[in-house]
Amino acid sequence: MRQPPVDYIARTREQYSALGHPVYKWVKNEDTPPFVKPKGEPSSWRVGLVASGGIYAVGQPAFHFKDDTSFRAIASDIDRGDLRVTHFAYDLTDARNDPNVVLPLDPLQRLAAAGGIGEVGPSAYTFMGGIYSSRKVRDQLAPAIADRLVSDEVDVALMVPV
Amino acid sequence: MGLIAREVEGRGIATVSLSSALSITASVNPPRGVYTDYPLGRTAGKPHDPASQDAIVRAAIDVLATASTPGTIRELDLHWSENDAWKDGVMRPQGGGEKAEDDRAERTDVPQYQFDADREAVDPACPTCFVP
Repeated sequence: MRQPPVDYIARTREQYSALGHPVYKWVKNEDTPPFVKPKGEPSSWRVGLVASGGIYAVGQPAFHFKDDTSFRAIASDIDRGDLRVTHFAYDLTDARNDPNVVLPLDPLQRLAAAGGIGEVGPSAYTFMGGIYSSRKVRDQLAPAIADRLVSDEVDVALMVPV
Repeated sequence: MGLIAREVEGRGIATVSLSSALSITASVNPPRGVYTDYPLGRTAGKPHDPASQDAIVRAAIDVLATASTPGTIRELDLHWSENDAWKDGVMRPQGGGEKAEDDRAERTDVPQYQFDADREAVDPACPTCFVP
């Protein structure tokens, strides 16, 4: 039988309450988000990729679990066998088995090969979500990642949280 | 991630955010979203299943190409399994015990490597690491 989507905000409230933690204050934006129309056809787009699943590459330090606001650039043509995944808050089984479930490089490459997009950006940008401070995300991490995407001259960006 | 999407969009780059947590995505209200009703940690599809992975990425590109309303979230008709019983245990105490347990890893500032060998392979200079 089908059930409605899991209400993670309500379940977090219940879990924190049961654990004796104070109520987590989720970000709630009631304003209209910024919105730009991409230029040209999808077949011409360079597509950027940003993922918060805790993906790193062999040779890079892994993320730590205490409000780590650092991020990594991972070459989009990386040998997939060099991808690693670490995160404190979700079941990593499938992500470690096939990193495409949190970093969809192969589906983007297939779409590019089929002409559905122009190309994948030179790098994917990865960090470890679950950063408790939304202020640090908004004021530090977001502008730094945006700088990279602007520098890569991507036309659009695919954002992949977990 | 929605906060980052808003920042990137504000710089003139159109974004689409995948999601498997509809309530959180709706609350953060990114410019565009694509919702898939999967357990967390598989936002971009099932492992070694190009059909679901391609369907999600194609839908994301289509939303970028066609959505004209800020805050649009497209809900995909994809399901994790034959039924939704997996939802029963999400963030709820397992095994019928009365005491809730925190099933998340301890918060520590020590890097958490997937394999011990990864620690030995680290380039301390790491030109691809960014600390904002």
